[in-house]
Amino acid sequence: MQARKKYVLLGLCMCCWLLLYYWGGLQERLLGLITHKRGEVARPWPSWLDRDLLPGYADQAELQNDGGSGDSPRQRRQSWAGIYKDSRCRMDTCFDFARCQGQSGFRVYIYPPEKGERVSESYHKILTSVVESRYYTSDPREACLFVLGIDTLDRDQLSTQFVPNVDERIRGYPLWNDGRNHVIFNLYSGTWPNYTEDLGFNVGQAILAKASLNTEHFRPGFDISIPLFSKEHPQKGGERGWLVRNTVPPRRKYLLMFKGKRYLTGIGSDTRNALHHIHNGKDIVSLTTCRHGKDWEKHKDTRCDHDNQEYERFDYQELLHNSTFCLVPRGRRLGSFRFLESLQAACIPVLLSNGWELPFSDVIQWNQAVIEGDERLLLQVPSTVRAVGIDRVLALRQRTQMLWEAYFSSVDKIVLTTLEIIKDRVYSHISRNKFMWNALPGGLLVLPEYSTHLAHYPFYYLNLGISPGQEFTAVIHATSPLVSQSQPIMKLLQVVSKSKYCSQIIILWNSEKPPPHRSKWPPMPVPLIITDGRRKVSIQTSSRFLPHAAIETEAVLSLDEDTVLLTSEIDFAFHVWRSFPERIVGYPPRSHFWDPVKKAWGYTSKWTNEYSIVLTGAAFYHRYYHHLFSHYLPSSLRVLVDRTSNCEDILMNFLVSSVTNLPPIKVAQRKQYKEMPTLQGTKTAPWVNPEHFTQRQECVSTFASWFGYMPLVHSQFRLDPVLFKDHVSVLRKRYKDLERV
Amino acid sequence: MGLALERLIMCASVKYGSRGPALIPRMKTKYRIYYITLFSVVLLGLIATGMFQFWPHSIESSAEWSLDRRSVHDAPLVRIPMSSPIPERGDLSCRMHTCFDVYRCGYNPKNKIKVYIYPLQRFVDEVGVPISSTGLSREYNDLLSAISDSDFYTDDVSRACLFIPSIDVLNQNSLRIRETAQALAMLPRWDKGMNHLLFNMLPGGPPDYNTALDVPRDRALLAGGGFSTWTYRQGYDVSIPVYSPLSVEVDLPERQPGPRRYFILSSQTAIHREYRVELERLKEENGEALLLLDKCSNLSQGLASVRKRCYKGQVYDYPQILQESSFCVVLRGARLGQATLSDVLQAGCVPVIMADSYILPFSEVLDWKRASVVIPEEKLPEMYTILKSIPHRQVEEMQRQARWFWEAYFSSMKAIGMTTLQIINDRIYPYAALTYEEWNNPPVVKWTSVNSPLFLPLIPPRSPGFTAVVLTYDRIESLFRVITEISKVPSLAKLLVVWNNQNKSPPEESLWPKVAVPLKVLRTKENKLSNRFFPFDEIETEAVLAIDDDIIMLTSDELQFGYEVWREFPDRLVGYPGRLHLWDHEMGKWKYESEWTNEVSMVLTGAAFYHKYFNYLYTYKMPGDIKNWVDAHMNCEDIAMNFLVANITGKAPIKVTPRKKFKCPECTAIDGLSLDQTHMVERSECINKFASVFATMPLKVVEHRADPVLYKDDFPEKLKSFPNIGSL
Repeated sequence: MQARKKYVLLGLCMCCWLLLYYWGGLQERLLGLITHKRGEVARPWPSWLDRDLLPGYADQAELQNDGGSGDSPRQRRQSWAGIYKDSRCRMDTCFDFARCQGQSGFRVYIYPPEKGERVSESYHKILTSVVESRYYTSDPREACLFVLGIDTLDRDQLSTQFVPNVDERIRGYPLWNDGRNHVIFNLYSGTWPNYTEDLGFNVGQAILAKASLNTEHFRPGFDISIPLFSKEHPQKGGERGWLVRNTVPPRRKYLLMFKGKRYLTGIGSDTRNALHHIHNGKDIVSLTTCRHGKDWEKHKDTRCDHDNQEYERFDYQELLHNSTFCLVPRGRRLGSFRFLESLQAACIPVLLSNGWELPFSDVIQWNQAVIEGDERLLLQVPSTVRAVGIDRVLALRQRTQMLWEAYFSSVDKIVLTTLEIIKDRVYSHISRNKFMWNALPGGLLVLPEYSTHLAHYPFYYLNLGISPGQEFTAVIHATSPLVSQSQPIMKLLQVVSKSKYCSQIIILWNSEKPPPHRSKWPPMPVPLIITDGRRKVSIQTSSRFLPHAAIETEAVLSLDEDTVLLTSEIDFAFHVWRSFPERIVGYPPRSHFWDPVKKAWGYTSKWTNEYSIVLTGAAFYHRYYHHLFSHYLPSSLRVLVDRTSNCEDILMNFLVSSVTNLPPIKVAQRKQYKEMPTLQGTKTAPWVNPEHFTQRQECVSTFASWFGYMPLVHSQFRLDPVLFKDHVSVLRKRYKDLERV
Repeated sequence: MGLALERLIMCASVKYGSRGPALIPRMKTKYRIYYITLFSVVLLGLIATGMFQFWPHSIESSAEWSLDRRSVHDAPLVRIPMSSPIPERGDLSCRMHTCFDVYRCGYNPKNKIKVYIYPLQRFVDEVGVPISSTGLSREYNDLLSAISDSDFYTDDVSRACLFIPSIDVLNQNSLRIRETAQALAMLPRWDKGMNHLLFNMLPGGPPDYNTALDVPRDRALLAGGGFSTWTYRQGYDVSIPVYSPLSVEVDLPERQPGPRRYFILSSQTAIHREYRVELERLKEENGEALLLLDKCSNLSQGLASVRKRCYKGQVYDYPQILQESSFCVVLRGARLGQATLSDVLQAGCVPVIMADSYILPFSEVLDWKRASVVIPEEKLPEMYTILKSIPHRQVEEMQRQARWFWEAYFSSMKAIGMTTLQIINDRIYPYAALTYEEWNNPPVVKWTSVNSPLFLPLIPPRSPGFTAVVLTYDRIESLFRVITEISKVPSLAKLLVVWNNQNKSPPEESLWPKVAVPLKVLRTKENKLSNRFFPFDEIETEAVLAIDDDIIMLTSDELQFGYEVWREFPDRLVGYPGRLHLWDHEMGKWKYESEWTNEVSMVLTGAAFYHKYFNYLYTYKMPGDIKNWVDAHMNCEDIAMNFLVANITGKAPIKVTPRKKFKCPECTAIDGLSLDQTHMVERSECINKFASVFATMPLKVVEHRADPVLYKDDFPEKLKSFPNIGSL
């Protein structure tokens, strides 16, 4: 009994001791919480007592002196050229900038095709794009960049397109110069089974524009990753994206889809073999087939039959249209056709291709358009895409479309983007910034020679949070000599100068006679500038859109000499333009239509319920379009305009609509903006001439074929002043004059 | 203390024990041994758990106790054995997918990486010489404190995705390379440097000044200042600025835009002779516009000299003088990264960076073309012409941008550290990465700029039509008329009636007018105005026509035309009655205007087309308490919608067709309230309330409305698409 007592006592003692011990610990913690600020308890990096006494990481004098001034820059540059070659090429060391500093600027030369040379369809398209671009030259002496005539697209030795002996041939070229200033296009490199980056010849110091580039082999700032495109990819124009509307909620029938080959062996099989794991047959459809290649049955595994069966149940096109996200895993190579396909289909690509340098990664912010997954984390992909919110899906999806239409929809765009990226590097201080590349309408339509300042362009006002300027410049196109003070142009000058928004008037004198003396013009409250267009050999109709340096305002009011307008009409149109600075805003509407009989585009000036063109005889637009007209469009189109002295206004509408994808805006009621021709008129206006009209029909067709599609868009409304023809006292109306037209 | 406590317990137990027998029941002897054994087992178990639970903890917490009172010199000393392994030199082919273990980061709903910081240790070699001449520097300490205070931090080493050694390698000059490398390799989780991040600002040493830290570091990521394109592993390393400690000493307030005294200024003291000659030549050509500063030779050496610059005997304060110039030259020295860059940005001077092959700080996310001019070193003689060609307005914007970069990303070690971690975070969770705008737009631009969620210019096809959502309470007769009228519109796809009356059931199905499209009545739980903007699943079209149950005056042509106009402006409100907001100068606040004005800034949603997306925004993303305000006041839901749409798109609404005689336009909002003064006051109040919630006035005023192309034209009516427009 005694012993038991002793034990119990001891046990109780221990219990109490333990309790106290536990309680003590707790108390200590509580004490800690009370006496210390919360954040600091959890904070493990201590604030040292002597933190203010710690030495600086570097002495200020040391920072400013920076170990002296280094070696001689000249010597350094020379030694670099010796060290950083081939796989370590950079623009600084492997590119001859001097070649691009000439008068002609950035020019691209293509080696002439050799006899019997077989060029694949895709490479032919690439060459055509270069030839038709505004950078092409046939003179190697003025060239800054060289493109091979040899087809280097397919360097898979097993391929029928493979061109042998490239190495020997290029070494024979006198201009080769170890590849300096050359750009080599390639879509497929390496061969079965490893599909390496090997091209089968030494590219030397040439810039590689290559699909499926690997980040490890990619020479940053030098090589350019291009997308893999099929031989059916259109030369120009190109299909638009498939997104026609932004449905809300933005989810489609399937969340995520994949349909493609499963490699049983070899490179890329790791990823493709695992894809079936995420298939759930409901919202995630991931289908693989073993049936490809000649001897698939030899490697066949237990899954194959079941997979092949499931594979047949779904249609790829149907999935593409009805899926929110599309898996784009690596194939044998890193890139695949799937990438462009899903981009066009507005099916947000989910990339599973570790180490792939994405197309045009220099300039495109891909994380705003695709989901970059990790091959290692395949099983996380479903939860990742499920967690993407409505707003993000909407944004990603629209961005796929923007990128597709800006850079990928045609071979022309892919090639031009490649050239523009190189050009931006060569003239780095007049180049596009990342914003220009990634905002609508895309980098190709932004010409940095015009300006590197975002606010100088018509597209970025909203992004910058600013609005267009309060003034405009009137540009009057004058073709008939000044004989009397009652000529329409005199009246027009009065009307325009009365507008309080008008800051200057420019008269483009395009008549055979010399411009009249200053004193002949009426006195003006605004500066009047007369530009003599006659110095040119012939009268150039397109000169009305020359980027005249004299235009200081963002808004340009383009007028014909015989335009009839009221000051309030001008004011109202200007107000409207400030709401739509990227479009043409003006008076005389016209329309295009598809003529199913002639199978051609037609042009009409009849009064219709819709319009797609606003003539530039009385229209506002941004002055940047002058620059774009003169520098972006090919000279062939401008020559056509000059030769016929016609269609320049239609061409301008084509251009602006191709930039905005939107129709122009017609304001107020006026349809006739010229006075009807009078019989006693000395010279009939060209626009009453029937031939003039046929020419315009032809123009529409010619322009459409150059653009590769019909950019014009119809609109069904016009914009009137708010109280236009309302039953309100005239006194209340700001634009009462408009009602009398 | 422990002993005293124990004695106390003993006493207590003794006291307790004396009454023991009464409490403890007698036991059979055969159970006794069993009982005792069980008891002692439990007891031992308890003690063991106690020890296990509390022993290490109490050590740690007591250490934490005194942390604040500790000096860096108290950090434990670690001796590096001579033969300790040295890591391999950094692998140039490392990329995130080859040298980084993503499994450590895992899937995480917050999309935030977890960063662990090793506790401070003082490494010494076998003879006791420290591996670094400075030890922990002030800057590195600031950096680590900032990280440990941030959301990135974790103290749980097993949950960490990224590890940051406490070994300070900011300045290579103060390091013993071999020993530092050995120290790194001794870190408990080093594992070939996987997921370790080192910060270094001054890499290389004389004579050849390598552009990356020379310390062998296996696969560790390097946040380095002064990378060249050949040492920078794109997408793996992070290029960081060289921090300038001057910024702590000197406070340079942001300079307002305006003309500056100099055009180009060169303030660096260690410029190579060849370049100095070139600069002198430029100065000769362009005179006063250039200011070439150098060290002051006559000043006594010391702290003062770093804050002074001289030109021909004239002394200037550095860095204040930088604010006097539009452009400031930042030439490379022995190293590519220059602390001057930070000073220049702080002064809001546009840096002219001439350092071939230099990877600019944070260039992965920052668009340097908007804040600096990068010129190849070779083109130094052309600098003046190149800079002159930049438009004046752009220079001012670049100055603002430069200053913003400094404030956000350069100003402190904290800023530098957080930016670095955010960049790595963006790589690991690319789908949650910050956007270009978030990185690059200064707050003032972020505030005013607009990134419309429906930015793609699309004109949706006509075919899906629109869904009419009729809000009704109990005016059945009027409602039926509205339904009959709307059903005549060719593009109507579906009719939804939002039945907002909880006390009364909607009429039986047979009583409803017969319409060709599906009609559905949705009964709501509460009589709220917000109900009309709920993104009902039943709305399957993009276009929604919100219409009140008394809008019977709109013709079918007018409605169809409204829909056509909406197709051309799918991101705007397209409506019939227009309204205006005005600034009342006398009262100093906004005023609501329903008079017949020449301008429009709102359209009433008593009859308006809009995108269904805005329903979703209204219901889930309406800022502040606007939704509650609207429901409480039973008014202004339309004004709220106008604010919301204008704010997010930056665009004005479109008023379509001429003014109609809406019987009592303002009655459309609520029942029974007549167009009187109180109503107008209330609407004005709404505008003021919303403007204060949005902290801006997002509404845009325009002077136009949309009419059919041939409206009022002298043209046969039957050939017009929309002849019946504007009839009263």
